[in-house]
Amino acid sequence: MAKKELQVSAIENGTVIDHIPADKLFDVINVLGIAEMENAMTFGTNLKSSKLGTKAIIKIWDKFLEDDEVNKLALVAPSAKINIIRDYDVVEKKTVNVPERVEGIVKCMNPKCITNHEYVRTKFDVVNTRPIVLKCHYCEKLTDEKHLEII
Amino acid sequence: MNKRSLVSIEDYTKEEILEVLQAASEFEKNPNQRLLEGKVVASLFFEPSTRTRLSFETAINRLGGRIVGFSDSSSSSVTKGETLKDTIKMVDNYCDLIVMRHPIEGAARYASEVAAAPVVNAGDGANQHPSQTMLDLYSIYKTQGTLENLNIFMVGDLKYGRTVHSLLQAMSHFHPTFHFIAPKELQMPEGYKLHLKELNIPYYEHTELNEVINEADILYMTRVQRERFADPLEYEKVKNVYILKNAMLSGTRENMRILHPLPRVNEIDVDVDENPKAYYFEQARNGVFARQAIICKALGIK
Repeated sequence: MAKKELQVSAIENGTVIDHIPADKLFDVINVLGIAEMENAMTFGTNLKSSKLGTKAIIKIWDKFLEDDEVNKLALVAPSAKINIIRDYDVVEKKTVNVPERVEGIVKCMNPKCITNHEYVRTKFDVVNTRPIVLKCHYCEKLTDEKHLEII
Repeated sequence: MNKRSLVSIEDYTKEEILEVLQAASEFEKNPNQRLLEGKVVASLFFEPSTRTRLSFETAINRLGGRIVGFSDSSSSSVTKGETLKDTIKMVDNYCDLIVMRHPIEGAARYASEVAAAPVVNAGDGANQHPSQTMLDLYSIYKTQGTLENLNIFMVGDLKYGRTVHSLLQAMSHFHPTFHFIAPKELQMPEGYKLHLKELNIPYYEHTELNEVINEADILYMTRVQRERFADPLEYEKVKNVYILKNAMLSGTRENMRILHPLPRVNEIDVDVDENPKAYYFEQARNGVFARQAIICKALGIK
């Protein structure tokens, strides 16, 4: 396969998260807790994309995302594509599936919810996937995609 | 979370609802049973609610249990800045059961996860108040002889009224037909209507309180509160539209009963009180029996 010029350099082993909407890059970083990792990584944003207009991309060296980590992306960047790279080759493509439960990632939009008053890890059941609607395990109120805020 | 807590009406299956109603009717026949002898119940009212507290404490007393607690948070360590978690952890050391009322939504669910003792939710903000729902169900069951296939009419504030939402969820097990009578500002939220559609439960919406109530088996009245309206003019327009008067009951069914979670203001005219179809005061009395049944179930007694 003839290689096009890459906007971000290739990695030997690790994970590439591609097709992130450019304005969601920092949400993805938050959701995956990437800021705490010590692995080498590169970020690119406002890159040209035929599908999204502009996109962001994250490459993490020597880190292979597990399915439950991948699924967290469904909340912020469902369009993302995950490639697992070994020895410069894509050995696995993972798709983003919306999980049934979401814990500790999203803020409940109800200002009167206990999770917004005391240190309580948030928990939601996913009651709808497209668009995403979450039901709080505590106050039982719904948080929809428009009001979805990442902690 | 311990499984015996009652935080939300959805914690009970249909079978459990029927089991608790059966137990409530046993307590009505014989209210003084010393089933809680030697047990201590914490009654934690982080906000005042005299009606609910007295009902719970009567239920506990009739069962021979002891009560510790407070009736509003100004007399508790909350004023010193203690977290809910810490208060619950401390109380959990002392008692066998926790009954709690709290202004924050989800507080009871959280407490049930923190405590080893079962928690009975006596109201968490605008969220849930399952013992109210159980006493409503018991009142319906007692007056109609069944919960199945009834025409349930709900009147007033259907948008914010947590009692109507929980009653709707609980009645959904029993093939009801719902009629919602509310001003357009206070209509039943979409989420609940969607829930009914999914279950194929018929519902009809009306904006006027008139002869439509002739079809009702249960007329569940609620208060339209001034503070729900952004525009005071809108409140003035609707405040007198949902007042039930005795003359309006002439064409209603013999078995029809009027329920109201109380306190009422003016939405049921006092001239209705003497009508045998008025049931709201007995409804409150049923609360003690329903709560006796809930407490015993939470403690695994009987």
